[in-house]
Amino acid sequence: MAPVATPFFFYLLSGIMLIGGILVITRKNPVHSALALIVTLLAQASIYLMLYAPFVAGVQIILYAGGIMVLFLFVIMLVSIDRSMKERQFNSQWVVGIVAATALGGLFIAVYTKGKDIFPEHALPMVENDNTQQIATMLYGQYMFAFEIASLLLLVAIIGAVVMAKKRI
Amino acid sequence: MRQIIQYIESYLDPNVKVTPGAAGNMFWVLVYILLVFGGLSVAVIAMNWLERKILAHMQVRLGPMRVGPHGLMQPIADALKLLLKEDIMPAEADGLIFWIAPFVVVLAAFTVFVVVPFGPTHAITDMNIGILFMLGVSSLSVLGIVMAGWASNSHYPLIGALRSSAQMVSYEVAMGLAVVSAVLMTSLNAQGTGTLSMIGIVQAQQAQGEWFIFKFFPLGLIAFFIFAVAMVAETNRAPFDLAEAESELTAGFHTEYSGFRWSLFFLAEYSAMIAVSSIAVTLWLGGWLRPFPNMLSGHIWDQVFSLFPGVTFLLFAAMCFYNTVRMPKHPLFRVQTIGLAGFGVVLGLIGLILFIPAVSTRIQDIFWFSAKVAGFMYLYIWYRGTFPRYRFDQLMRMGWKVLLPMGLGVLILTASVALLQEKLWHP
Repeated sequence: MAPVATPFFFYLLSGIMLIGGILVITRKNPVHSALALIVTLLAQASIYLMLYAPFVAGVQIILYAGGIMVLFLFVIMLVSIDRSMKERQFNSQWVVGIVAATALGGLFIAVYTKGKDIFPEHALPMVENDNTQQIATMLYGQYMFAFEIASLLLLVAIIGAVVMAKKRI
Repeated sequence: MRQIIQYIESYLDPNVKVTPGAAGNMFWVLVYILLVFGGLSVAVIAMNWLERKILAHMQVRLGPMRVGPHGLMQPIADALKLLLKEDIMPAEADGLIFWIAPFVVVLAAFTVFVVVPFGPTHAITDMNIGILFMLGVSSLSVLGIVMAGWASNSHYPLIGALRSSAQMVSYEVAMGLAVVSAVLMTSLNAQGTGTLSMIGIVQAQQAQGEWFIFKFFPLGLIAFFIFAVAMVAETNRAPFDLAEAESELTAGFHTEYSGFRWSLFFLAEYSAMIAVSSIAVTLWLGGWLRPFPNMLSGHIWDQVFSLFPGVTFLLFAAMCFYNTVRMPKHPLFRVQTIGLAGFGVVLGLIGLILFIPAVSTRIQDIFWFSAKVAGFMYLYIWYRGTFPRYRFDQLMRMGWKVLLPMGLGVLILTASVALLQEKLWHP
């Protein structure tokens, strides 16, 4: 079967992601921003698919596009749109912005020019068909401890949110 | 030209035992997509008529009787009415989002059918992440509902959308836990690796000789029960249809929609119902496998069960003829009587075609899958006729305090029993 991961799709999806990302920060209406963010996240999931990582793509759709963004919209919808439209959109942090942009840009240029030494020349021979199984063996074998610590951290965050939100438990 | 024909014929080779998507044959992928979506549209139309009729008979009414014999043409008349209706957009609505929302819902509801396995080769494609894909894409439909509710710029739709999103996000958790416990059961083989692929899950049930609903009794049954409750909530159907509670919110998130856009919401709701039912059938009820594969096995029973599709259609035909005889003998009813008889003849012919051995062996899996899904569709109507609507706090309590702990418990117990079985019985 011919590979789907052609440059055409990569540029198409990156284009969608970039446009979506720009719309997120330039739209005045917060609901429009959130929807643009969803488009960006979906395009990102497709890029994961192109990298032969279907599991990560599926999780991206379930967690971000289907779960977290719904909660985002849920909160934004309750905010008065008329008032938030009048608020100042950018807080003019020029210095911090320029420093961050140069750092990120420098990183990209460094990777682009010196990338051959850092990254392997060929794609790793990952088999698409047991991507999920490989992630499972890695997570629950080699990185078991880190995985458990991360889930403990999330549990603490959940309990903290409940404690802060509820006066009487 | 010759090459194209060869390309098309290459999939028909009896040695090809995979779905067209897996074989990479674009022509047959296209054919399957058209077949699945055509069949889905017909199923939605049939469901529209059946729901009204069955609900009416449950309430000792007749239901639609005027358009065509026994109201059989009613869905077509409704579709025409919806297409001809004026399309209204509220003046203060957010135009673009109001316009996109129905399409998001329909896309999410239809895309999931890409991985639904009607048979070992009768699916558009098979994905390594099949079940994850289905859950993920169907969870996107809530975005469309939220968009519709917000863009209408009106109070009832907004409250409906808020309720719907809270409900769907809560029940997704319990649903996911139930699904995980079924996926866990697929890993009980010699290699010890499970699968997320929809076809793989059914094949695991075939290999283990047991539908997952009966596995580790009653654990499989409880997981199935959790899913069966959560899927009703997930599709916003009675008794969990708070998003469109007529007595409180007029029509919920689609109050401001009319005509064609409203019919898109309708289409999406029914195809989402079929989609979640097919997840339940695939995970717990053995997908395309015929009932009693162990108890009634052997060549003779295979022959007997292969007669079922034809017999079913002949029964439908017989029902049509019975009602043709019972039609009023007034001259005004002559057209309707002839129409009903004609419909019966068509159904009977389909039944006879299904008796041809070459057809019946190929259609078997599709028939059993559809029959199981049809059972769920009847349950949906039955719920609607039986249960009163839940209050919102009751709904939330049910989701978070009953189904979620139950799901967690079933998952832990399933894992423990599976481990024990591996350690004790197969050391």
